[in-house]
Amino acid sequence: MSTNLSACTLLAVPLAPLAGSALAGILGTHFGGNLIGRRCSHVATILGVLVAFILSALTFQSVAFEGARFNETIYEWMVVGGLKMEIGFMIDGLTAMMMCVVTFVSLMVHLYTIGYMHEDEGYNRFFSYISLFTFSMLMLVMSNNLLQLFFGWEAVGLVSYLLIGFWFNKPTAIFANMKAFLVNRVGDFGFILGIGLLAAYTGSLNYTEIFAKAPELAKIEFPWYIFGQDAMLVTVIGICLFIGAMGKSAQFPLHVWLPDSMEGPTPISALIHAATMVTAGIFMVSRMSPIYELSDTALNFIMVIGSITALFMGFLGIIQNDIKRVVAYSTLSQLGYMTVALGASAYSVAVFHLMTHAFFKALLFLAAGSVIMGLHHNQDIRWMGGVRKYMPITWLTSLLGTLALIGTPLFSGFYSKDSIIEAVEFSHLPAAHFAHFAVMAGVFVTSFYSFRLYFLVFHGKERYDQNPDAHHGHHDDHHDDHHAAHDDHGHHGDGKPHESPWVVTVPLMLLAIPSVLIGYFTIEPMLFGDFLKDAITINAELHPAVETLAEEFHGPVAMAEHALTSLPFLLALGGAVTAWYMYLINPAVPAFFARVLRPLIVILENKYFMDWINENILAKTARGLGLGLWKGGDRGIIEGAVVNLSWKIVGAVAGVVRRFQTGYLYHYAFVMIAGVLAFMTYFVWLAK
Amino acid sequence: MSLTLGHFLSLGAILFALSVVGIFLNRKNLIVLLMAIELMLLAVNMNFVAFAHYLGDLNGQLFVFFILTVAAAESAIGLAILVLLFRNKSSINVDELNMLKG
Repeated sequence: MSTNLSACTLLAVPLAPLAGSALAGILGTHFGGNLIGRRCSHVATILGVLVAFILSALTFQSVAFEGARFNETIYEWMVVGGLKMEIGFMIDGLTAMMMCVVTFVSLMVHLYTIGYMHEDEGYNRFFSYISLFTFSMLMLVMSNNLLQLFFGWEAVGLVSYLLIGFWFNKPTAIFANMKAFLVNRVGDFGFILGIGLLAAYTGSLNYTEIFAKAPELAKIEFPWYIFGQDAMLVTVIGICLFIGAMGKSAQFPLHVWLPDSMEGPTPISALIHAATMVTAGIFMVSRMSPIYELSDTALNFIMVIGSITALFMGFLGIIQNDIKRVVAYSTLSQLGYMTVALGASAYSVAVFHLMTHAFFKALLFLAAGSVIMGLHHNQDIRWMGGVRKYMPITWLTSLLGTLALIGTPLFSGFYSKDSIIEAVEFSHLPAAHFAHFAVMAGVFVTSFYSFRLYFLVFHGKERYDQNPDAHHGHHDDHHDDHHAAHDDHGHHGDGKPHESPWVVTVPLMLLAIPSVLIGYFTIEPMLFGDFLKDAITINAELHPAVETLAEEFHGPVAMAEHALTSLPFLLALGGAVTAWYMYLINPAVPAFFARVLRPLIVILENKYFMDWINENILAKTARGLGLGLWKGGDRGIIEGAVVNLSWKIVGAVAGVVRRFQTGYLYHYAFVMIAGVLAFMTYFVWLAK
Repeated sequence: MSLTLGHFLSLGAILFALSVVGIFLNRKNLIVLLMAIELMLLAVNMNFVAFAHYLGDLNGQLFVFFILTVAAAESAIGLAILVLLFRNKSSINVDELNMLKG
């Protein structure tokens, strides 16, 4: 199997960022006595990630061009009743691609952080966290078994929690990270149930062994009724695992944490909440494709959830005014697209979109962060406008990212998104009709909110001085004490935007390159070539989407030409033109719509009342249940009936018995002698 | 009239009964209590010796030696406790010693 991949090299990939993280996190913080400074911290962590990136790129090269594969166990942790718990790596096309995406985006974000966080007190801590994240994510994608996958899964969740609450003095941030943590627990509960079912029925956690037993699994019926119906085991496993993916990849209805996670610093929004961690669910489902191929029910479920997310989260992006939240809802919508592709059994297409999305969405987030910096930590797009001439690099890269996102032909997002739409069209599953409508409509919505954001930020009149809560808004509470210093050193203090330093713009430019080009160059090997063949299993008879896609494909240029006359392109163009008309030419139109469609806007502004439902129904029920269990179960039964009652009984009995203890020796002696006499009487006369 | 086993057993029983009565009736002095216990042991010894003699088995007499040794040790401990007790409570009056009362 392993032609020229050595275990040591592979081990170095996750361990290098871990070493950097430990160095910055232990020596660079108060915890280890602030032994190393900022410069040393960022050099150490960036070197770690750089090493990981270079090794990943080399691995990718061997995998892609020399056909190298690796699947070995490195370390056996323990064996419990025949269930092996191991650490091992499985390197194939899917893993190699993920490794490169993770390390590349992470490297860019590390660089960018030098500029973005340079005023922050938690500089070293931040670097430690993002390096730790890189380590966790690499462990997740490189794993050859479910346990290590779960370890990485939880570790990225932990780092996400830490980073959303990075500014821990900010109550909204603490609320958001708690929310992210709790919602992810719901998902992880399903995930661990799925892992448990697989372990119970196959007796193994190793991918290869599980997939080898997949045909047997397909014949087993689930022993219990689900909603009064028979269910196949693979369906239950698939849906349980997908619930985990719904939590991590923020699919409806477990999406509520992702918009709130924007409370964290922008670099992590780009790295964790757009490019890598949230795609872990997509990765996992693709990895488990041999299981999902066995259950049409699970695939239908996935497709429905994905299309709901793709369309309805896109709507929310339209009415948001916080620059980061618009991009966050766009991320949700794009994750929905990937999920729809998974449901259509077009795993390779989902992974392809994952990759292109990682680049252009990281780019958009980092550009948004650059705008936020340039505008002195104002995040509200109503008070932006005309930034183009002050921040040319940010403007150009944002434009490229936006064009990629809406699927302009020849851009990377076009190839992945159009492939998804076509794959859904070719899918034979019942849910595909709805999904096809949702992804089609989603194209218009995506284009509309993307260009709304773009026009409001980069074009139009400058509205910086109209911000009613400039420098006092809730977005920059944490920065209030830095602000004076920030505005003093050379930004003229006039509120005009300024272009960001090179550590910020260079990552933008480096991310813009793959955002534009990577789709064109990789669509053929990734979707129709051998690159992902052994990582992904598709039952082509039942789920012919990708096969049909391959028949229709005549090279990337032909695809782009054909698209110029197709519906998705027209929808995207329509969205862009509508946004242009509404926000640049005639600003009265949005105001008119806001008045006419008031009820709809209210629903959107309240995010379909999902937060309200969660807080008032789910959380209240849970709190009520907790209160009941506390008052009734803990205080009533355990404390009252078990603990307190037992001591009361003992006390009452002792109260009676203590009267026998007079303390007089002759009483004791009398009892002893009377006892002796009684025994003697018994043994001598009665027990003959 | 010759001495029979019954005589000796009667003597043992009388000694035992005396010591029991001594324990019950004595309300004043802890030393008397110890002496009564010693007497109880001697009553048992008497039985042992008597049985040994009349049944022709020396094991009984052997036992007496052990019992005497143990009794000596026990009374030594008893007296030591007594001394400590007196030092602490300035009294060895049995009626006043009810610290074990529950």
